[in-house]
Formats: sequence, structure tokens, C-alpha cells
Amino acid sequence: MPKIATREAYGEALAELGEEIKDIVVLDADLSKSTKTSVFAKKFPERFFNMGIAEQNLMGTAAGLATCGKIPFASTFAVFATGRAFEQIRNSICYPNLNVKIAASHAGITVGEDGATHQSVEDIAIMRSLPNMTIIAPADAVETKQAVRAAAMLKGPVYLRLGRHPVEPIFDENYKFEPGKGVILKNGKDVALIATGTMVAEALKAAEMLAKDGIDAMVINIHTIKPIDKEVIMQAAECGAIVTAEEHSIVGGLGSAVAEVLAEEKPTPMKRIGLRDVFGQSGRPEELMKVYGLTAEDIAKAARSLRR
Amino acid sequence: MAITREKVEELTAIARRVRRHIIDMTSEAGSGHPGGSLSCGDILVALYFHVMKVDPQNPDWPERDRLVLSKGHAAPALYAVLAEKGYFPVEELLTLRKINSRLQGHPDMKKTPGVDMTTGSLGQGLSAANGMAIAAKLDGKDYRVYAVLGDGELQEGQVWEAAMAASHYKLDNLTAFVDHNGLQIDGPIAEVMSPEIIQDKFRAFGWNVVDVDGHDFEDIIRGIEEAVNTKGRPTVIVAKTVKGKGVPFMENQVDWHGKAPSRQQAEEALKALEQ
Repeated sequence: MPKIATREAYGEALAELGEEIKDIVVLDADLSKSTKTSVFAKKFPERFFNMGIAEQNLMGTAAGLATCGKIPFASTFAVFATGRAFEQIRNSICYPNLNVKIAASHAGITVGEDGATHQSVEDIAIMRSLPNMTIIAPADAVETKQAVRAAAMLKGPVYLRLGRHPVEPIFDENYKFEPGKGVILKNGKDVALIATGTMVAEALKAAEMLAKDGIDAMVINIHTIKPIDKEVIMQAAECGAIVTAEEHSIVGGLGSAVAEVLAEEKPTPMKRIGLRDVFGQSGRPEELMKVYGLTAEDIAKAARSLRR
Repeated sequence: MAITREKVEELTAIARRVRRHIIDMTSEAGSGHPGGSLSCGDILVALYFHVMKVDPQNPDWPERDRLVLSKGHAAPALYAVLAEKGYFPVEELLTLRKINSRLQGHPDMKKTPGVDMTTGSLGQGLSAANGMAIAAKLDGKDYRVYAVLGDGELQEGQVWEAAMAASHYKLDNLTAFVDHNGLQIDGPIAEVMSPEIIQDKFRAFGWNVVDVDGHDFEDIIRGIEEAVNTKGRPTVIVAKTVKGKGVPFMENQVDWHGKAPSRQQAEEALKALEQ
């Protein structure tokens, strides 16, 4: 199976759903070729609105559309969606609990060469602090397609975190996405690897590496970071050690969310794989993953250290 | 839409009651924004009692005209008008800003019947109004959307993003009011950060511009008629108003932007607002 970027799957899913759900409208901020909303725009030009390079108005307009029964998908890069238009998302979307879907592409460090200004490594943390917001970070193209459909069906604001860089396929067409439900990809008893988005593939590779050392690792895909699946985290805690992995800062993202659950319910030794409170830099995605400690090897190493 | 002498008298009487409510509400709450509520009161009365197609018995009626109070701190004016219109009991106005009240310090569409959009953070309302106007066009519906902005609010960049988009998408079913009272928290808008010349700026963004006296019902209605008859572009009605209008000691006084009158001051204000 070829590698596909989740943003590609997003564009296709939108265009398919547009046929089925007539209330879907799509807004973009001059990035439709990158966010792939151009696929929808081509098919449904009357329901596509390019708002230009104006993210605050993008979010506010989406809010207004939602009050009239539309299901707006507001798309732009994750940095601009969550940073530039944070307060619009807070006050005009989340507080009135409006049915706006924010599809943020180019999340994480694998944006690559554009450098730190365009690498969104704090968007989960920002969105997680907002009441009413659901956060979904799909791991591959199959999951993305289903997540877009689920987002359209959910009532209320949803933040969809998508990547630019092609990722390995994890799921087949029989996969059933359930919002809010963590997915156990591999059972294990020695350590649990809990990953989200692009890091799910790395966690699976890490589990293979650990198996060679005789360590039986459980692998969990948390596609919905908020509300987080406490039940599956408690199952993971049974292993006695947990490693979280995310293409995001370790501050406020998946690792924090898991740690919060464990601290209150069942304190468990854990390590967080993610950017350690630093900005990124320009470089090829694979190079950046190595430099910032986001590879399968890094996950395996963290798991081994917890076992000792 | 033309307005008769009798109608003007009726609106004037409602507006006076609305002003009295604003004084009572803010005084009872011990906080709030009387100055800018009093300045935009007549605009809201004209809209709800002569222009807008609404049904207080059915606040969410899909065919209704919409209003976005972008200058959300003028919530007391909006609540007073909605209560007078019959959306909820007038007595409820005195719960403004109190715990568990439906009347929040700034408008909350999920709590208050008749409030079409949650606002309060300045600069965001016109974008929401755009979204509503686009939805009307998409659905082939003839409802109209009104937005009321403050003049100080024009300092927010998002207003101009929205102004550009409204013009680009030819939203002739959208009418924005600028409540031009000339004052903001820190002083005259001309001194803090001048948005002048407001008319020229909107014109440059492709809008039809009308100037009215924001305390003259015939003039306000004339402006709205021109907006309704203007096709292919949105209209902004720049309404010259007086902050604190109707209460002599509040008129044109910056201090009354965000301060509630004491009970004694309220009595004095109410006396001035008697016929």
C-alpha cells in the first residue's frame, strides 16, 4: 500500500460527503491546494468559500453559517487555525457550542523545510483547553476518511488534526472508527505504547523492536484526544509502564492528557515522546523526526528505560 | 417601510422605556455598560419594532431576520428591547449579570431567547453576520441580517477582514450599523486610535454608505430603506449618536462607558427619562 498524507484523504472524504450531506460548506484561507479542499471546491463551487488570508474572519464566518444550520468545515494550516484565530474559536465557536469543524492541515514537525513558523507543535494543547471542543488526530488515510465523516455527524465543534507528509497505511477498509474510543492495535503485558496521529506507525514499529528484546508491548491508537478514552488508558496502566508518543510538544498534548488521567486514577510510571518544549527548524521530515527524538527507536528506548 | 408620525411616537415611547430599563438593569447589577447601551438603543428599537421580521413566540424561526450585536457590551439595550418585544418577561431584566441568570454580561445565544449570536469580544460580530447572510443566499431565503458595531470596535483588524469578504461575496442582504458615538474606554476614539474617516474606509472596501442621525427614527428608517434597496453590495449605516443619550449627566461622558449608576444616580437618570 502506498503512503498517503492525511490531508489528501481529507480532501477526498469532503468531496464524497458533500454529495451526501448537502449542509456541508467548506471555507479556506487561500490554502485550498495545500489543505486539499480544492477537491471539494471543484465539485461544489457554490458551497466553497475562499476567505482569503484572513483566518479570524474564516472562523467567525463559519460560526455564522453554523447558526443557520450549515456544517462548515473551516480549513487552514494548524498554526494559523489554532494560533491566529484562537479567540475566535473560543468565543464565536466553542462558547456557543456551534457546529463548526476546524480541519487543520500541516500539523506537526513533518511540515519540514518551512521551519518553526509553520510547524504546529502546540495546537492540541491550545484546543484541549477549550470546553465543548472534540479533538481528533487520525493516524492514516483510512482513519482520516472515517474521522471526517464522524466529525460531520457529531454535533458541536471538532478539531481535526491533519498532516502534510505521506504516512504509512495502518488500517484496512474494514476498520470502524468510533469517536472517543481508543484502539488497541496490539495486546501486550510489559509496557503500553500510546500514540496519536503520525506517531501510531512509529509505535507499531517500536513494538516490533521491543519484541526482539523479549518485551511484550501493548500498542494503542488514541485518535480522539478529547474527550480522551479513560477506559483504554486504565487498561494500558495494567502493564505498569506507559510511553506516549505524539508529533507535538510534550506540554499539553496527548502525553499530558494521559498523565492527567493516570495521576488521578492510577499513578503509573511513564515517559512522553514529543518535542521537549522547543521549537523546530527547517529540514526534511525524516531528519527532523530523528533530531527531535520522534522515531520508533526513541519510543523503544523510552520503553526499555521504564522497564529497568 | 415608510414610517408614519404615529409610529415615530410609538417608537419614541418604547425607546424611553428601553432607556429606563438600561438604567434600572445596570444599577441593580452594580456593573455593566450604560453609555454605549443608551447610544445604540434607538437603532435597536427601530430594527425590532419597525423593520425586522421576527416572532418572539418562536425565537428560532428559521425565516427570521437576524441581528448580531457585535458591540456586545451594549447587551442591556438588546435585552431591554427583546423584553419589550415579548421574548421574555420585563421583570427578568433585573437579573442582569446575576448568578444563574439568562442575561449574561455579554449576549449569549444559548441562554437568552432572541439572541442570534454570542458576542462580546469586539471585532467578531460582522464575520458571524457574513456567515448568516451567506447561508441565506445559499438557501435562497429572503431573511436579512443586521449587525451593530461600535466605532471604537473598528480598530479591530477582523472587522476589515469581514468588510472585505462581505463586499467580495456581494452580501446585499447584510446591513451593518456603526454606532458612532465617538468615545471608547480610554477616551475619544479620535485620540485613542482614530478609525476616521469611517465612511471612506467602508467605501474603499466596496460598501454602500449611508449617514444617519442615530436618534432620529425617520432618518434611521431612511437609511435602512436605502440598504434594502441597494443590490450587489452590503450597506453600512454610520449612525451619529450620543454616548449616554437621554441622561444629561451621562451624555458624552467617557466615564459612563463601563460604570453602573448608583441607586441615587439611577433615580436622577430615571427622572430625566420621564416624559
